Amino acid sequence: MNQNLSRRSFIVGTAVAGGGLALGVRLPFGTPAEAKTAGDGVEVHAWVVVKPDDTCVIRIARSEMGQGTRTGLAQLVAEELECDWKKVATESITPGENLARKRVWGEMSTGGSRGIRTSHDYVRRGGAAARLMLLQAAADEWKVPVGEVSVASGVITHAASGRKTTYGKVAAAAAKLTPPDPKSITLKDPKDWKIAGKPMKRLDTADKLNGSKVYALDVRLPGMLNAAIKACPVFGGKLVSYDETRIAGRPGVRGVVKVNDSTVAVVADTWWRAKSALEALPIVWDEGAGASQSSATIASHLEEGLTVSEAYAFRNEGDAIGAIQGASKKIEAVYSTPFLAHATMEPMNCTVKLSADRAECWVATQNSEASLAALSEQSGVPLEKCEVYRHDLGGGFGRRGGNQDYVRQAVNIAKQFPGVPVKMIWSREEDMAHDFYRPISQCKLAAGLDDKGSLVGLHMRISGQSINAFVNPAMVANGKDDRQLQGYTARPGDAQLGYTVPNLLIEYAMRNTHVPVGPWRGVNTNQNAVYMECFIEEAARAAGTDSLEFRRALMGQHPKHLAVLNAAAAKGRWGTPLPAGVHRGIAQFMGYGSYSAAVAEVSVSGEGKVKVHRMVLALDCGHAVNPDQIAAQVEGSVAYGLTAAFYGECKVENGRMTDLNFDRYQMLRLAEMPKVETVIVPTFDFWGGVGEPTISVVTPAVLNAIFAATGKPVRSLPLKNLKLV
Amino acid sequence: MAKLNVNGKIRDVQVEPDTPLLWAIREQVGLTGTKYGCGVAQCGACSVHVNGELVRSCVVPVGGVKPTDKIVTIEGLSSTSSHPVQKAWAALDVPQCGYCQSGQIMAAAALLRKKPKPTDQEIDDAMSNVCRCGTYQRIRAAVHVAAGRKQA
Ligand code: FES
Ligand code: FES
Repeated sequence: MNQNLSRRSFIVGTAVAGGGLALGVRLPFGTPAEAKTAGDGVEVHAWVVVKPDDTCVIRIARSEMGQGTRTGLAQLVAEELECDWKKVATESITPGENLARKRVWGEMSTGGSRGIRTSHDYVRRGGAAARLMLLQAAADEWKVPVGEVSVASGVITHAASGRKTTYGKVAAAAAKLTPPDPKSITLKDPKDWKIAGKPMKRLDTADKLNGSKVYALDVRLPGMLNAAIKACPVFGGKLVSYDETRIAGRPGVRGVVKVNDSTVAVVADTWWRAKSALEALPIVWDEGAGASQSSATIASHLEEGLTVSEAYAFRNEGDAIGAIQGASKKIEAVYSTPFLAHATMEPMNCTVKLSADRAECWVATQNSEASLAALSEQSGVPLEKCEVYRHDLGGGFGRRGGNQDYVRQAVNIAKQFPGVPVKMIWSREEDMAHDFYRPISQCKLAAGLDDKGSLVGLHMRISGQSINAFVNPAMVANGKDDRQLQGYTARPGDAQLGYTVPNLLIEYAMRNTHVPVGPWRGVNTNQNAVYMECFIEEAARAAGTDSLEFRRALMGQHPKHLAVLNAAAAKGRWGTPLPAGVHRGIAQFMGYGSYSAAVAEVSVSGEGKVKVHRMVLALDCGHAVNPDQIAAQVEGSVAYGLTAAFYGECKVENGRMTDLNFDRYQMLRLAEMPKVETVIVPTFDFWGGVGEPTISVVTPAVLNAIFAATGKPVRSLPLKNLKLV
Repeated sequence: MAKLNVNGKIRDVQVEPDTPLLWAIREQVGLTGTKYGCGVAQCGACSVHVNGELVRSCVVPVGGVKPTDKIVTIEGLSSTSSHPVQKAWAALDVPQCGYCQSGQIMAAAALLRKKPKPTDQEIDDAMSNVCRCGTYQRIRAAVHVAAGRKQA
């Protein structure tokens, strides 16, 4: 195949979320011929290495960014492998290895809460296949039928003769066997799980406690240089010139690099010297048309979309407008949510080393294959001569997925220093100024209630920016962008609306801006849950019906949504008395294949200060692989959601972001963290995501509790801008 | 050129005096457990101890540190991850991505030295580091465990 063509296909294939273009035939477990050297261990097949001391090294393809996927995936493999959990280790495979072995490890992209739910089947088959091969090897050695041997915790027994051996002793023989056909494998019933489904301790904690874990930001290589970078602060602006002479002779400075048509970098022996020199470098920008944009102009652009006649009708069932007009009671509201930054604790960074026929990169990435593709495309070095050494991420939240802007920049800088590794680090200010932000939107809603207080019609119109239009405008011809309506779909599965409304009209008016946008933990479920769940609350109050009862009446056809709502209500003691001044709010939503609900207990002081005392979150993610790590994700989603609710807002002035560090972009801290109780209600009939779903219900539950406390709905965010009393 | 006493060793560092202690520790001393998060004393990822006091090293110029000042980084907190805070953090699986945790652990260790049995209010007041993954609930619980107030 033509090299460029194959690279292009690979890039396209890996850039599409959930995609994965078949590159050759994927062999389920690889072949012994291509086995990767594994130290003193033996590769039984691609997923499992066994060492002489019986340690089982489980290969992990997905990115670990704190969400616990490394541990969860290892639990699934170990469960079927029947090894000793105390002797499990993991190894991150690289995208270069995956490519060389015809993607034997499958998809590496880690986003959309897909890490476990889209790979559980083949990783479990991988564990089972290795077990079968190891048992066969023991049976062959003992010359007994394989049906007579059994295994527990990596110890193989032939009961009839009393013989025992271990995985470590038979691994070499097992590796020579042909792996079984994955389709022939029967996986365990989750009822019989001993390792999966249990609250195992994370496998990756120890080096996070003593400073020894090497994040991409910590990479140190012989002769390494460091780069600080600055892109035109106005989105879409260009670099005109810079005056290099003004920083000549500064200590340690090795050069100034035009990175691309909007970006300049200073390279020095240390990053601090590079950054200091960059700050002293006079730069002339052509700010371009974007410079006239501000939060105010963007808001009016969106406002216009709320009422224009042209919009994409995503759902149109019955006659919503007629039903609302004819209803005995009508309510209306306009909601809005701002741009938000990811603000991963580890700022964007990437180290690249280029030589004539090799390109290497050290990076924190949610999509290592997209990193590999970016490295190859930008450097011109063929894919098979590129390698990405992926480091666990100091936070991802969607920022480190498909874009790979930092890889491309780092390659362009390293091109000027052949053979020398160059580490590019963004300052926090650069990180806040050049994110791919959570898209901004507004929503106009109207509802009609009949004389019994039942919801007879609901009309929503969202006006706002589209992620897909930013990534690839061709994907969303005619403004039909279902992704922006995440959480409102009729069909079951991923993000289904949990209510049945007899007359329903949900519309979208795409209103793009010059600000780059992208997925942000929970993506559009966050905004859409606020619009739906806060307005349903308004409707419940207008009807004079209890918030929980009003929702239940709409959920008869959605038993899973309802069960989760009921679980949250029960644990949250919905309807029972609270201390004076404390009020409850409730919300439910679905995203990433999982059902979530929350109850918040909130008080609002005389001065309008909000305190969230307690939050109960219920989640049905189908299969619960590690309940303790699910709880950790739920707790984290509360902090991430409350940060957005209280403080999150990226304001635009003169075409650029204004709040460039944590002094102005505040985040929730420990003192404001409520007590979080997690209720997991797994139904074991599907596989849903965990990292993202629950964040969507955090904000609406809190806003609904504030409504209960003050009698006034909260329709815009963040709370810090509002006078609540 | 400056002399820094880091984790009990004297280190010569070749930096301009206005270089933040954080970057001298990371780039010259070569200890990368201390993290960069904001550079403006807001997040606490860069927390170290100087003469037993909790310090956000991103805003401390090396020129202001004396060779006799005893700097302790996460790597020097204990040689075997056996500090009560580290043990409590492990017992409760506090870290998610882990990036902020060096700073959190240094902040918690400083708190416990001053207040061996801190109340929730004292934890609220002392533990102001940002954790974007949102591990605050476990941090609070782990401080209590490290203080011996609670079983893990
Ligand atoms: S890096 Fe020092 S406080 Fe954030
Ligand atoms: S554990 Fe990720 S920022 Fe705290």
